[in-house]
Amino acid sequence: MSHTLTIDRIACTAHGLCAELLPEHIRLDEWGYPVIRPDPIPGHLLGHARRAVAACPVLALRVARAPRARTG
Amino acid sequence: MSTLLSNPLWFATRACGTVALILLTLSVVIGITSAARYAPGRMGRFEIAAAHRNTSSLALVFLIVHILTAIADTYVPLGWISIVIPFASPYRTLWVGLGTVAFDLLLAVTLTSMVRLRLGLRRWKAVHYLAYAAWPVAIFHAAGTGTDTRLEPQLVLYVLCVGSVTAACWWRLHTAGPGHLAARVLAGLVAGALPVLLSVFLTSGPLAPGWSHRAAGPGPAGPPLAAVGALLSGGFR
Amino acid sequence: MNVPTGASQSARGPRSYADSMRTAPEATAQHREPARPHGPRLLAGWYESGRPAGLREHLDRYGSAPITGLTTDHRRSRLIHAVEQSGLTGRGGAAFPTARKLRAVSDGRGGAVVVANGMESEPASSKDRTLLALAPHLVLDGIVLAALAVGADQAHLCLPRTRPHLVDALREAAEERWNRRVDPIAIDVHGLPHHYVSSEETSLIGWLNGESAKPASVPPRPFERGVGKRPTLVDNVETLAHLALIARYGPAWFRSQGAPDAPGTTLVTLSGALADPGVFEVDLGTPLRDVIALGTLTQPAQAVLLGGFFGSWLTAEEAWALGYSAPGINAAGGGIGAGVIAVLPQGACGLVETARVLEYLAAQSAGQCGPCRFGLPAVARDLADLAHSRIDQDQARRLQERIGLLAGRGACKHPDGASRLAASALRVFAQDAQYHLHRGPCPAARSHAPVLPVPRPATIGEGDWR
Repeated sequence: MSHTLTIDRIACTAHGLCAELLPEHIRLDEWGYPVIRPDPIPGHLLGHARRAVAACPVLALRVARAPRARTG
Repeated sequence: MSTLLSNPLWFATRACGTVALILLTLSVVIGITSAARYAPGRMGRFEIAAAHRNTSSLALVFLIVHILTAIADTYVPLGWISIVIPFASPYRTLWVGLGTVAFDLLLAVTLTSMVRLRLGLRRWKAVHYLAYAAWPVAIFHAAGTGTDTRLEPQLVLYVLCVGSVTAACWWRLHTAGPGHLAARVLAGLVAGALPVLLSVFLTSGPLAPGWSHRAAGPGPAGPPLAAVGALLSGGFR
Repeated sequence: MNVPTGASQSARGPRSYADSMRTAPEATAQHREPARPHGPRLLAGWYESGRPAGLREHLDRYGSAPITGLTTDHRRSRLIHAVEQSGLTGRGGAAFPTARKLRAVSDGRGGAVVVANGMESEPASSKDRTLLALAPHLVLDGIVLAALAVGADQAHLCLPRTRPHLVDALREAAEERWNRRVDPIAIDVHGLPHHYVSSEETSLIGWLNGESAKPASVPPRPFERGVGKRPTLVDNVETLAHLALIARYGPAWFRSQGAPDAPGTTLVTLSGALADPGVFEVDLGTPLRDVIALGTLTQPAQAVLLGGFFGSWLTAEEAWALGYSAPGINAAGGGIGAGVIAVLPQGACGLVETARVLEYLAAQSAGQCGPCRFGLPAVARDLADLAHSRIDQDQARRLQERIGLLAGRGACKHPDGASRLAASALRVFAQDAQYHLHRGPCPAARSHAPVLPVPRPATIGEGDWR
């Protein structure tokens, strides 16, 4: 069972906590908005990913269970 | 010292109440300023968010001990239902009731924050804004029924707490501009009203002679509130 | 009823259609037969009579839509099956299999809603408004048939309110059908704000739900939850018109024209270096050079823009080797999109044209997502700098990176389309880019008249989305 990170791009307002908490998978572009790797989250980072999801001030992130076409 | 040993619960209530108020004030200040996206220097934004959460949790712990020791202390009759039902205590009905209101509001904020991903942003935020009500209610509860209100260090503490939250509000309103000027000015006036109201209350209430007597009963709400209180605490004992 | 100005300028009358076929330039191919004109289907009425078809004429030509008995599950799934057999795909730009959408909506919980998308926000496309003007009742038939097929009790037709004559004409047509009891359900015709992203399906749904005509985040997708939280079918008006004919004549008839992997006919809008630009109906699979020949090339072609402002450039050599069908064009790195085919002549500068389009696309962003709000205008500025030789090697590299960070990072496909166009421009006009970078602007950049129909970019106020 693989997990991917999905994001509501309209809700996201570039707070940047996600990139602080999951730098292996998320980085910020030059305007502070997240660039998310489309591949599944490796197992050892899943806990960190859930922490990033919980930390988002606008609840824009989710961990999705099956691989989705739209990520990143 | 002898008074402490003979009244450990009472001292615990006062101490934990004060600590809870300080921590709550700290959490509110962090919440207000971090919403304005202020991230000082090398501190991570997630650290500031964690600080807000942790001070709130700690405040809640001290608040619960404050409540439990107050109820357990049989010197004043409060009744267990006063924990969640406001204005149900026969002792200082209004002022203790305000404490219950503050606790209820903070409980709502805490519970919704625990399930906020499932609630969705709008509903979670709507409840979270109740924190803006919980904090002043707690301040007035402390000022109205706090044993130590008349002591100078406690007054200094009130000034610092109210001052820091008012300053944080004004700063946030300032950074929220430009634009929406009327709304921001109005909010600024409301924020500035609190210290004024508190000063007026303190000088005419707790700091004036005879407060214990005036606070003992149902307070300005009068007989109806006392009747309700007696009914509730009598019915549930 | 007056002939809409758009139609008289862009659609072909019977004689000039045949004429242009006879004068198809042989220069495009030495050893093939010129493409044969098959019978047009959607525009057949126009070719016969030279005027838009009213209800009477429509019923005389096609009979009434086969709606009797279309209330049982059996009959409904038979219609959906027929659409599936026909291989009809969406004509709005996404080319999604129509039957699959019908099935998904009809399987949804609760009463469904049908929304016909007649917005056509793509400036280089005029096929939808032409179709609506000339054969409105085919579109309205399609709406009703789709509604019955999915079990909908609500039907909407969304049109741009910048075309009030069209909105009024369609409203009257729908009312006439309702009064004459032609339709079992009433079709509500609406005039919406006409911005580029307002024609996206979630924008239509948002507007119908009382909000702004801006794209929304998915999930939930329209077929799950759309208008009034009900399963909603959103289809382009041309797709629905094809559906209206398939319901009458069957999938085998639909497949009798076109190619096995790209069945049927489709409407295209030809523009650029042509003597007879306009809207044509062609068989899918027709060689692209023959399709372009319908518009009569006036000069040698440098490149071709396919799909729309969200599509891709191809070099003339690449384009001339293609058949006009989704599989063929996709394999070449492009897409059919909204049926736009714009020919860039040798003398024009593709980078300047693209920069102009990107500036427009950036101004048309709904501004909801950071990458589109900041990244897209930055790409537009960089591309303009490249087109006018104000850029150095480092900035050119940064432009490539920025283009790469647009796709998939917005709630809708607006940044994806812009990124696709910009990337294809840098590929197709790579030599020009090198010239601009090292030698200065080309003569074309300085003086050639604009080829693509880019509207003047204007800022959209918050209130203009409702």
